Amino acid sequence: MKNDSSWIRIPMPVRYLINICLIAGLWLLISSLVNAGVITNYWKGILITVGINIILAASLNISVGYLGQLPLGHAGFMAVGAYSAAIYMKSTPAAELIRSGSRSAALPYLLAAIAISALVAGIFGILIGIPALRLKGDYLAIITLGFGEIIRVTITNIDSLLGFKFTYGAAGLARIPKYTTLGNCFIMVVLSLGLIHMLMKSRFGRAILAVRDNEIAAESVGVNTTRYKTMAFVVSAMLAGIAGCLYAGYLGSLYPSTFKFMKSIEILVMVVLGGMGSMLGSVISAAVLTVLPELLRAFSDYRMVAYSLLLVIMMIFRPTGLMGSYDFSMTGLIEELINRAAGRSAKGGQ
Amino acid sequence: MARTREIQKLYPQPSQNLFLARDLDRPPVLECRRLGINFGGLEAVSEFDLAIGPTEITGLIGPNGAGKTTVFNLLTKVYEPSRGSILLNGRDTMGMTTADLNKAGIARTFQNIRLFRNMSVEDNVKVAMDNSISCGLPSAIFRLPKYWKAERHAHVRAMELLSIFGLQGLAGAKAGSLPYGAQRRLEIVRALATKPSLLLLDEPAAGMNPAETAELMETIGRIRDEFQIAILLIEHDMNLVMGICDGIAVLNFGRIIAKGTPEDIQNNPAVIEAYLGSRKERS
Ligand SMILES: Nc1ncnc2c1ncn2[C@@H]1O[C@H](COP(=O)(O)OP(=O)(O)OP(=O)(O)O)[C@@H](O)[C@H]1O
Ligand SMILES: [Mg+2]
Repeated sequence: MKNDSSWIRIPMPVRYLINICLIAGLWLLISSLVNAGVITNYWKGILITVGINIILAASLNISVGYLGQLPLGHAGFMAVGAYSAAIYMKSTPAAELIRSGSRSAALPYLLAAIAISALVAGIFGILIGIPALRLKGDYLAIITLGFGEIIRVTITNIDSLLGFKFTYGAAGLARIPKYTTLGNCFIMVVLSLGLIHMLMKSRFGRAILAVRDNEIAAESVGVNTTRYKTMAFVVSAMLAGIAGCLYAGYLGSLYPSTFKFMKSIEILVMVVLGGMGSMLGSVISAAVLTVLPELLRAFSDYRMVAYSLLLVIMMIFRPTGLMGSYDFSMTGLIEELINRAAGRSAKGGQ
Repeated sequence: MARTREIQKLYPQPSQNLFLARDLDRPPVLECRRLGINFGGLEAVSEFDLAIGPTEITGLIGPNGAGKTTVFNLLTKVYEPSRGSILLNGRDTMGMTTADLNKAGIARTFQNIRLFRNMSVEDNVKVAMDNSISCGLPSAIFRLPKYWKAERHAHVRAMELLSIFGLQGLAGAKAGSLPYGAQRRLEIVRALATKPSLLLLDEPAAGMNPAETAELMETIGRIRDEFQIAILLIEHDMNLVMGICDGIAVLNFGRIIAKGTPEDIQNNPAVIEAYLGSRKERS
C-alpha cells in the first residue's frame, strides 16, 4: 500500500529536479527540431497557437474543473489582456528593437507587457468575480457571458479615446511589435502550468476543491468561500490575459471579432473534452483541437459541426471527458516503477 | 435544583438547563434566548432557550420533524433566525456568517453526510485546519520553507486526529469511497480539526450497528474529556443519549417541552406522550 512505510518515496526536491530536467529536455528536443528544419516556420506558428490555447484551456479549467463554476466569457479576459499589452507595446521602442534584431533589449518591455495584461485582466476578474461569486448558484455564467460581449462591443466602438487612437475599433489594431516567439511562449506555458500546479497542491487549492465538493460543508469548517472562489476566478482571468498578450505579439494585429462568444465556447470545449479538473486533459485537448483543424483545412467549413458532434459523442460515451479528473505525475510514475522493480506493487497488500 | 438556582444568580437571563459542578464558575459556551424561525406559515422552531456549560454533553431529542436539525442550522447560520439571539462564549453572534461562527468556536456534522467526496480523507481534515495554517500565497507558490513547515505540521495533526477514530490507515482514500460508518466518523474528525469549543453532532450513530454505536459513545465521552469542549448531540438512539448526556432537552413541534437530567426526562409524562403520540399518528 502507498501508506506503508516500505513504499519507496522520491523526496520532494528530487521530484522538482526531475520535472525541471524533463521540461529542459522537451525544450532541447523542440529547438533541435527547429534547427534541423523539421519544424518549419508554418509549424512554429501552429506550435505557438497550441501554447496559447494550452494556457487558455488550463486557466479556464481552474474555474470550470477545480471551482465547479461555468464562466462563459473567457475570451473577454483574453481580449482585455491582448489589447492592453498591444497598446502598451506600441507605445514603447520595442518594435524598433525587435526589427533591428536585438530581442534581448526588448525583454524588459515584454515582461512589463505580460505583467500589464495579467494585471488588467485580473482587475476585471475581481470586478466581475466578487459580486457574482458572493451568490450561490450559476450567476457567474450569465454575468461572464454579458462581460465578454460588453468588452467586445466596447472595443469595437471606442476606436479613439480623448483624441488618441486607442483600439482602432473594428478596423483592427495593427503593427503590434511581434514579440512572441516559440521560446517565450514555451516559457509562459511552463510557468502558467507550474503556477496552477503549485496553487492547487497547497492549502489554497484544497480550499477551492472543498468549495466545489460541498459549499455548505466548506463554510461550516470556516472556509471563506467567497474569498477562495474569487481567488480561483481571478487567477484564471489573469492567465487568460497573459494568453491574450502572447496572442497579440504573435499575430501583430488584433480585431474585436476574434473575441466573439464562440471563442469562449471553443476554450470551454477544450476543457470539457479534456476532462474537467484534469490539467493534463486540458493540455492534450488544447493541442489536439488546435492541430487537427490545421490538418483538416479542406473541411474548415464543417469545423463547428465537427466540434458539436465531438461533444455529443463524448457526452454519450465518456461524460467525464478524456482524462476524467485524473492528473498525471511523471515523478509519480517513476516512483511506481522503482517500487515495482523493488517487488512492491501499488495495490499489493504486503 | 440548587445548582440551577446558583447559575440563575450568575446570569441575568435564566436558563433552566442543567449545569455540571465543574462548569459552574465559567460562563456557558452557548446561550440561546427565545430563538425562533418560520418557514412560510410553519413555526419550525420557537421560544428556544438553552444554555450549555463549557464541558457539558447535552442531548437534543424529539420525534421526526420536531425541528432538531433546524436548531443546528440556526446555530451555524445556515438559516438566519427570525427571532431571538445566540450568544457564543458570551458574545452575540448577530451578523456573523457560517464561516465566522466556525472561527468563533462552533463546529458541526450533518445529518445527510456532507464530506468533500472527491478529496482524500487526509485533505478533508486539512481543509478544516485552513484557518490555523500560517502560509501565505507567495510561500505556497514558490514553495518557500514556510510552506513545507506548515504542510508537515498539518499532516502530523491530521493524522493525530484521524487516529482518534482509527481512520489513519485510510488517510489516502477518497472520502466518498469510505463505508457509511467511517464517513460519519470522518465528519466528526473534520469538525474537531477546526478546534471548536462547541461541537454539534447531528445523529452521529445513524446507520451504525450496535457495536459501532457503543464505540462511538465511548469516543464522544473521550473527546469531551481530552479536548475539554461542550457537545450538543441530536440522536434517536436512546441508549446512547441516556448513557452519555449530562442534560437533555426535548423538542416537539419546534418547542422545548422538557429539559433535565436523563432520569428526569425518562420519567417525564409530557415526553412520553410526545413520543407515543407521534408513534400513534404514524401508525
Ligand atoms: N428549508 C426549509 N424550508 C421549509 N421547511 C423546512 C426547511 N427545513 C426544515 N423544514 C421543516 O421544518 C420542520 C423541522 O425539520 P427538521 O429537519 O429540523 O426536523 P428534525 O427534528 O431534524 O427531524 P429528523 O429527526 O427527521 O431529522 C419539518 O417540518 C421540516 O419539513
Ligand atoms: Mg434532523
